[in-house]
Amino acid sequence: MDEPLKELGDHIVQANAGAVTACDVRLGELMLECAPDRLVALLTFLRDDPKCLFKQLIDVCGVDWPEREKRFDVVYNLLSLKNNLRIRVKVATDEATPVPSAAPVYSAAGWFERETYDLYGVWFSDHPDLRRILTDYGFEGHPLRKDFPLTGFVELRWDDVQKRVVYEPVKLTQEFRRFDFLSPWEGGIERVLPGDEKAPAATPAKTGAN
Amino acid sequence: MSDVEIKTLTMNFGPQHPAAHGVLRLVVEMDGEIVERCDPHIGLLHRGTEKLIEYKSYLQAVPYFDRLDYVSPMCQEHAFALAVEKLLGITAPERGQYIRVLFSEITRILNHLLNVTTFAMDTGALTPPLWGFEQRELLMEFYEQVSGSRMHAAYFRPGGVHQDLPDGMLDSMDGWIKQFIPVLKDIEKLLNDNRIFRQRTVDIGVVSAAQALDWGFSGPLIRASGIPWDLRKSQPYDVYDRMDFDIPLGKTGDCFARYLVRIEEMYQSVRIMEQCITALRKVGGPVRVDDRKLSPPRRGEMKGSMEALIHHFKLYTEGYKVPAGETYTAVEAPKGEFGVYLVSDGTNKPYRCKIRAPGFPHLQALEMMTKGHQLADMSANIGSLDIVFGEIDR
Repeated sequence: MDEPLKELGDHIVQANAGAVTACDVRLGELMLECAPDRLVALLTFLRDDPKCLFKQLIDVCGVDWPEREKRFDVVYNLLSLKNNLRIRVKVATDEATPVPSAAPVYSAAGWFERETYDLYGVWFSDHPDLRRILTDYGFEGHPLRKDFPLTGFVELRWDDVQKRVVYEPVKLTQEFRRFDFLSPWEGGIERVLPGDEKAPAATPAKTGAN
Repeated sequence: MSDVEIKTLTMNFGPQHPAAHGVLRLVVEMDGEIVERCDPHIGLLHRGTEKLIEYKSYLQAVPYFDRLDYVSPMCQEHAFALAVEKLLGITAPERGQYIRVLFSEITRILNHLLNVTTFAMDTGALTPPLWGFEQRELLMEFYEQVSGSRMHAAYFRPGGVHQDLPDGMLDSMDGWIKQFIPVLKDIEKLLNDNRIFRQRTVDIGVVSAAQALDWGFSGPLIRASGIPWDLRKSQPYDVYDRMDFDIPLGKTGDCFARYLVRIEEMYQSVRIMEQCITALRKVGGPVRVDDRKLSPPRRGEMKGSMEALIHHFKLYTEGYKVPAGETYTAVEAPKGEFGVYLVSDGTNKPYRCKIRAPGFPHLQALEMMTKGHQLADMSANIGSLDIVFGEIDR
């Protein structure tokens, strides 16, 4: 089942020498990694090449990997109706480096990129209208980053005296509890065991049998 | 009089407006009665679903999917269940798959009944919603019988469905189908040749096939533009490949074509329901995977078996771990392609769960569709797009 996808992947890699940095088929899905400066050329190729014909941009989204130097992945999911295939293109970037906008290739990219900018703070160069889209007017921060707290920083309420909505720092009536039921005995993940938090020098958690 | 300067008028539409189908704010620039530019402001219903899912185990994430597009809850659970099953490398048992397809089609009828009839209301007809909502109420009783909830069902779980159908349900579904077809024909009689409805919809918001592709359309909208594309046929999931049904196609790509496609899809959904009911009378067996590391034991077992009690406790606290990997899995939801891009890092919580809602690109194309039309046509366009803000704002 994966063979035709692999062939297609090889075809794309050959035709775009230097643009595609990795090509992989996992779980029956074709994935490409692309250099940011060649993205628009690659997407145009994927749209117009007779073997690809990925005419539809299904989705653009971000993924945050804070431990990486280029912490964001921008993921493009494309669909070819003619060949009944899907493909995923990934571009890695950080907070400062803009990714070229796909809006000239696919009109649908406009809002998807606005959303990625809004939620992750990834910049898109040459975007026709890069504004926030989902969050509130005047919102600060990028809520889907891993270092953004689930509760956010501000909460709003209607102030009956001032007759307007006011923003205040979040006040929690009880401490925010992060339910972590991940079994510490099954290993594989570096973590501090409950009760060990005050152990000297923030011990790197013991893994394995403990 | 010749050098009178004509200024465009900037008008605010919404956020609370009966024709906006939710909380949609539009900033419309108008030249007289003609729409020059229209800028949708969305996000008024943003609840941070994707962020919340990152903090919940896989099972706890299921109910969030009901609350996205609250008109077609089960189809969205279906997408999430399929994505998790793909990462786990399991498939639901046959009976569970038939039940999922059956309820997906019930969901499709629920959604289309709401959309078609409220679309008629947007263009001035009040009777269709009254007739359609009665049928929706009957369908939601089926929801309630299997899940205990009329809308937010949380019924499709990774690995199958939560419970088997109650006794006698298939018979009452047969009865429902028998009375539904005449009702649907009546609704058609009200609208198909209705002069006002036709004047409001024919040649309004025409979308060509090329535009539909470029703007990321899917579902009834892309089919109304003449592109034969349906994930149930082209990339079948569960038992859709065993179902015999047709894909209705529109020719003109206008609001009326979108309405006709939805009406015909309801007839096809009834056909699929009938086939599922016939199959479910024969196919027995479990409705979810029989793996105690993934699906909880029955309540009765827990009364006597320590093992079952431990499994239950572990599943509802820690949940299950999903192997690291990523997948994009999509289903043909009533509104179009609903996809879940799920990234797992090997723990019991999703690392990233991006929800691809069909309404998002559809609403984006509103300006393209509405430019040059009159203001009243904009509400017809919004109605025919079938947007629900739960899924657009997430």
